[in-house]
Amino acid sequence: MSAAAAALRDLGAPEFDVAEVRRDFPVLARTVRGRPLVYLDNAATSQKPQAVIDCESRYYAEYNANIHRGIHQLSQEATDAFEAARTRVQQFLNAAQREEIVFVRGATEAINLVASSYGRGLSAGDEILITEMEHHSNIVPWQLLCEHSGAVLRVAPIDDRGALIPEEFGRLLGPRTKIVALAQVSNALGTINPVRELIELAHAHGAVVLVDGAQAVPHLAVDVRSLDCDFYAFSGHKVYGPTGIGVLYGRRALLEAMPPYQGGGDMIRSVSFARSTWNDLPYKFEAGTPNIAGAIALAQAIDYVAARGLDEIAAHEQGLLEYATQRASEMPGLRLIGTAPRKAGVLSFVLDGVHAHDVGTILDGEGVAVRTGHHCAMPVMDRFGVPATVRASFAMYNTRDEIDALFTALVKVRGIFA
Amino acid sequence: MADLRDLYQELIIDHGRRPRNFGPLPQANRRADGFNPLCGDRLTVYLRMAGGVIADARFEGIGCAISTASASLMTEALKGKTVAEAEALFAGFHALVTGVAPPAVATLGKLTALAGVREFPARVKCATLAWHTLEAALHEEAQAVSTEETP
Repeated sequence: MSAAAAALRDLGAPEFDVAEVRRDFPVLARTVRGRPLVYLDNAATSQKPQAVIDCESRYYAEYNANIHRGIHQLSQEATDAFEAARTRVQQFLNAAQREEIVFVRGATEAINLVASSYGRGLSAGDEILITEMEHHSNIVPWQLLCEHSGAVLRVAPIDDRGALIPEEFGRLLGPRTKIVALAQVSNALGTINPVRELIELAHAHGAVVLVDGAQAVPHLAVDVRSLDCDFYAFSGHKVYGPTGIGVLYGRRALLEAMPPYQGGGDMIRSVSFARSTWNDLPYKFEAGTPNIAGAIALAQAIDYVAARGLDEIAAHEQGLLEYATQRASEMPGLRLIGTAPRKAGVLSFVLDGVHAHDVGTILDGEGVAVRTGHHCAMPVMDRFGVPATVRASFAMYNTRDEIDALFTALVKVRGIFA
Repeated sequence: MADLRDLYQELIIDHGRRPRNFGPLPQANRRADGFNPLCGDRLTVYLRMAGGVIADARFEGIGCAISTASASLMTEALKGKTVAEAEALFAGFHALVTGVAPPAVATLGKLTALAGVREFPARVKCATLAWHTLEAALHEEAQAVSTEETP
């Protein structure tokens, strides 16, 4: 380790007590293959604090019931908790109204909802603009929409650092651009996009903007009104909540005008064989029994994050990213994929002469969990001319010791492939 | 867990880095493609069949050390084998890497270097991609082969 790395290593964020945070996450105490778990796959999914685990099990143990229908006590308790969770999400995103918060399975379903429902207003020749760094979940729903509407998909390019090129983005906007869909933070590269400026630019051309916030919400404070986005999507499981629950924020006027996404119970006002009518927002978009426990536990996860402080979490993670980036720069034969000036805690890289999967297997043998592969972003891999990368991604509970463990394990990879 | 050295033996590292029989085979009369989209591993197996035996076998593509070494060792083992012998070799190899049978060193020879894969279930698909692709080539199947389960 160089003097620069050593200096960075000692630069702790003293007000953020990582040891205390770690005690809240029971899985972090386990071992993998006889070694302490070093969990660096947070961009895939984060671990859960005990409070979230308890919250979910408390619902099943104490007041499990379906919502919005029973008049019995349990149903009322469950309904109250579910709707309180919606209000909690509204506050978290600073949405104007709770009716603008739609519970879905995850960011993927949120994007599909918008593509299917809002997308019905598109016709041949209309354009949808995305970026080259999108996750497959923010590419494929739009391709499906293009296929049956005749709309055209446009892709704003990124530069060699993995940063969006704003001029190119601006050039691709035009009178035919109806939808702009982009990630706030790239899952494969860590790039933070200047979404506020990009949204302003898109609005000037009359397009509506969907922001994929799956990788942003765990790492930075989000304010949908300040961003002025039209839709915002995120998944609960990446922000210390359960899997199978996510959120679509939509501007009320847009949601009001959109047709339902799925039909079923809860989303209707009346049903007859001649004609059915739709429920009010947000229930129009919540057909069937939702993930009740998931929504309630997501609110608990948001409480947890808020208590730790998103600014404090972001500062801690930035410290980890800087330290890891410094260590990476000192490792011969390591090439970082994604070196944009503004990044969240993602370190994506390749090692000369060693395939990412071989790296992943050897790291796993050392207890270090990383993601290897294309990260559901094949176009990003193509852009950088690699079949796969190794990705270490950080969360609030990670430490500099764990980054040292990662690099010690990478030296072992070098040894095996020497 | 099994030692990583059991998986990444010298022979595997060597064939992974300097694969034998690597590149196109202009005289090939059979070929097939294999692709594991989750991994990104992609290879093409070329065969020249003559007089009922595999007169020559080559491959090209990109993949991890396990899949590349497996393809390299496979092409070495195939030359001069009849279709039936190649199928028997595949069956023996499959049993070797999935752990359903003890390594049959006598028949598998150098291929037993891949026995360590059985301790790493996530990597079995890497070791078997070339072999499933071989099978497709032998049976002249046009569709690309994958050893990843469809999600």
